[in-house]
Amino acid sequence: MSATADVSARPLPLAHFLRKPGERSMLRVSTAGSVDDGKSTLIGRLLHDTRSVYEDQLEAVRKSPVNRAGGAVDLSLLTDGLRAEREQGITIDVAYRYFSTPRRTFILADTPGHEQYTPNMATGASTADVAVILVDARKGLLAQSRRHAFIAALLGVRELVVAVNKMDLVGYSREVFEQIRADFLALEPKMRGARLAFIPVSALEGDNVVERSVRMPWYEGPPLLEHLEAIEPEGETSAAPLRFPVQYVIRPHDGFRGFAGRIEAGRVRPGDAVVELPSGRRTRVARIVTFDGDLEEAVAPMSVTLVLEDEIDVSRGSMLASAEQPPQFSRRLEAHTVWMSTELLDAGRTYLLRHGPHEVQARPLAVRHAVDITTLDPRPAASLGWSEIGLVLWETAKPLAFDLYSELRQNGAFIVIDPQTNRTIAAAMIEAAAEDPYAARRAAPQPFRAARLTPAERSMRSGHTGALILADAHSAAAQGLERRLFEHGADVVLLDAPVAPLEPLLRAGLLVIAPRSSVSAGFPVLALPPQEQAGDAEALVKAAMRELRERGILADRDQFNAGEGI
Amino acid sequence: MREGANPYDLGTARCCQLLRTQALVQALKEGGYDAAFGGARRDEERSRAKERVFSFRDRNGHWDPKTQRPELWSIYNGRVDPGESMRIFPLSNWTEADVWRYIEMENIPVAPLYFAKAREVVVRGGTLILAESGVKLLPGEKPERVMCRLRTLGCTPCSGAIRSQADTVEKIIAELREFRRSERENRVIDHDQDGSMELKKREGYF
Repeated sequence: MSATADVSARPLPLAHFLRKPGERSMLRVSTAGSVDDGKSTLIGRLLHDTRSVYEDQLEAVRKSPVNRAGGAVDLSLLTDGLRAEREQGITIDVAYRYFSTPRRTFILADTPGHEQYTPNMATGASTADVAVILVDARKGLLAQSRRHAFIAALLGVRELVVAVNKMDLVGYSREVFEQIRADFLALEPKMRGARLAFIPVSALEGDNVVERSVRMPWYEGPPLLEHLEAIEPEGETSAAPLRFPVQYVIRPHDGFRGFAGRIEAGRVRPGDAVVELPSGRRTRVARIVTFDGDLEEAVAPMSVTLVLEDEIDVSRGSMLASAEQPPQFSRRLEAHTVWMSTELLDAGRTYLLRHGPHEVQARPLAVRHAVDITTLDPRPAASLGWSEIGLVLWETAKPLAFDLYSELRQNGAFIVIDPQTNRTIAAAMIEAAAEDPYAARRAAPQPFRAARLTPAERSMRSGHTGALILADAHSAAAQGLERRLFEHGADVVLLDAPVAPLEPLLRAGLLVIAPRSSVSAGFPVLALPPQEQAGDAEALVKAAMRELRERGILADRDQFNAGEGI
Repeated sequence: MREGANPYDLGTARCCQLLRTQALVQALKEGGYDAAFGGARRDEERSRAKERVFSFRDRNGHWDPKTQRPELWSIYNGRVDPGESMRIFPLSNWTEADVWRYIEMENIPVAPLYFAKAREVVVRGGTLILAESGVKLLPGEKPERVMCRLRTLGCTPCSGAIRSQADTVEKIIAELREFRRSERENRVIDHDQDGSMELKKREGYF
C-alpha cells in the first residue's frame, strides 16, 4: 500500500471551522450558584450588556408575571428556561448560553449550585476552560462557593474567577472584598494548581461586569468580561500524544482495511509509529483516509480513517496510540467518582463503564474515601450516595487504555451506566492506575519457548499459590470464603466430597476448599475451625483471609481487600 | 391533512400537535428507529438551552427534562431499551451565525425562501405572512409586496417572514450581526402559551 495517495490541499474543515479566523478563539465558561447569589442576574447582565439578548426576548421578560428582582427588569428570567424553574425561582439543570464580543465567542454552561446538584456542576465544569465562582458579598465565603470551586478544580478547570457579587449591598466596601479574598486564598492548596482571580461586582447595577465600576476605584483589575476575554484556554489537545479509539473497521474489499474513529487527542501523520492496545504490537500509519481524499495530517477532534502499514489485529474496542508516549493499560484504576444516582454505589454489582466510544463491564471494588465537598477533606466511607464524590477503585472486565485525568482530560475520564436502567449514574476522573493482578496475562506476546511452567509463574498470574483449606462444604464459612476469594480474583473451588488425589488441582494453582479428611499432598494447608466453636461465619472468613495473607498463600498485592473495607 | 387540519380552525397548539408532533412520533415508531437526528440548537429557545446532545425519549416518544442523562465531556450514553429512542442533536452548540458561516464556507445550497426577494405578504400584528401560503384574509387586510425573507422555515402560515434586503449568504451573515430580534420570534407556535416549546417537546416535538 502506498504511503499517501491523492493528498488533498484542502484545509482541515472541522478544526478550521471551530477555530474561527482571527482572534475569535472560543472560551467555555461554567458558572454555578443559586438565585440568591445573583448568578442568573450576573449572566443576564453579561448577555444584556454585550447586546446578546434580542429585544423580543427582553420584552418577554418585561411582560412576565414573575419578577423576583423587584422594580427593574428581572434579568434572571433570561436564563431560567423551564417552567418549573420560573415558577419556583430555581435552576434545575445545566443551560448553555452563547454570546460573543468582538474579541471572542463564549459558551457559558450555567448550573445550579445547591448541594444536591453536584452532578450538574460537574457536568458544566467537565468541558469548561474557566469557572466563575459566585460569592455573595453580604454572606462571605459559604459552603456552596467552596463546593463549586473544588468541583471545578477536580474536573480540571485551570482558571477560577471568584466574582464577589452584590457589592452594592455592602457599600462597595474594600474590606469586605479583601476578607473574602483572604478566606478563599486559604483554600488554594486544595485547588489543584488552578489559577485564581478575584473581581468585585454588582450584577444588579452592572459594576465590573462589562463596564468598569466607578464606585470601586480601589479595584485596579479588569471587569469580568475583560478578564474572560484575556484568558488563554488550556493547551491544545492536538499537542498531546495521539489517542485514537477505534470505533469501526472498514473493509469494503480485500485490498483495504481501515480503522475509523475520532482522534480524541494529539495529531497523526503518515509514517508515525503507533502501538495497538490491547495487543501491544507496534506499526506505522500508512494513510489518513477521508471522504474528500487522503490527508497529510489530522488533529483532534477530527474523525478519520487510519490505514496501518502492517496487518495487525485491530477491532472495535482497540486503541491506536503514540508509540513513544503510550497510555496506561490496566484493569484496575482509581478514579474520583461523582455519584449521580439515588441508589448507593454497590461494590457487589457489575456496572457498565463507558470510556470514549467503548463500553466495558466494571465493578467498584472499594471506596478508598469520600470527599467532604464542604471542607474538601477525605473522610472514610463504605459507599457513595447521590451527589457524593469519592475516590473509588474500579476493576474492568478487560484492560483499559487510559491516561490520568490530570495529564489528558480526553482519555482520563469515563462515565458509569446502570445496565438495568441504562441511566448514566456516575462520572469519573482517573487519578491513578492500580496494580493489576492480571498483568502477566496480557504481557506482550513472548517468543516461542518449550519450557515447563513454574509454580512462581502461576502465582504471579493468579496472585496465590495452590493450597488446601479444610472445611465443611455446607457451612456458611466455607461458602462465604469461596465467594470472598472469588471476588478477590482468586481461582478457588469448593468440593462437597473428598477427592483423591488432590495433587493435580493443587498443582494447577487452585485454592481448594475440601472436606476435613482430604490430604494436602505437600501443599500448604489451613483448617477452618468448626463453626460452633468460633463465632459467626463472617468473622471466620475474615480470619481465614488474614491467615492466607500472613502465610504468603495469597499475595497482598495492594492494601485493598474487598471484604474488609479499608 | 386530508381532513384539512389548519391552525385557524384548530388553534396553533392543536394543529402543531396533530400535524407535526404526532406525525413524527408515529413515523419514528413505525420505522422502529433507535435514534433520529435533528438540527435543533441550544441558542434557539429557552427550553432548548437545556437540551442534551443525546436526548432520551420514552416509549411514547415523550421528553421529560427530569429523566435526561447527564452529559460530561463528550461521552454520550446512547443505550435504550426496545421502544425507547434517542433524538440526537449534533449541532447543539452551534449558533445561528455558525450555521450561516458554515454554509458559506462549504458552499451549501439552501432553500430560496431564506433569501430576500419581493414577495406578496399580509402584514398581521407585525408578522409578515406569505400570501402564497393560502392565508385567509381578515376584513381590511390586503396583500402587499415587501422585500423579505424567512429567517427560519417552519409551517406556513405559522412562520412569518422578516423585512430584509439580504439576498446572498454574505449579506445574511452581515445582517445577523445587526439583528436585535431573535430567530424564532416569527414562529407563532413558540408564543402561544408560556413555556410552549417545553410543552411541545414533552409531547414529542423535535
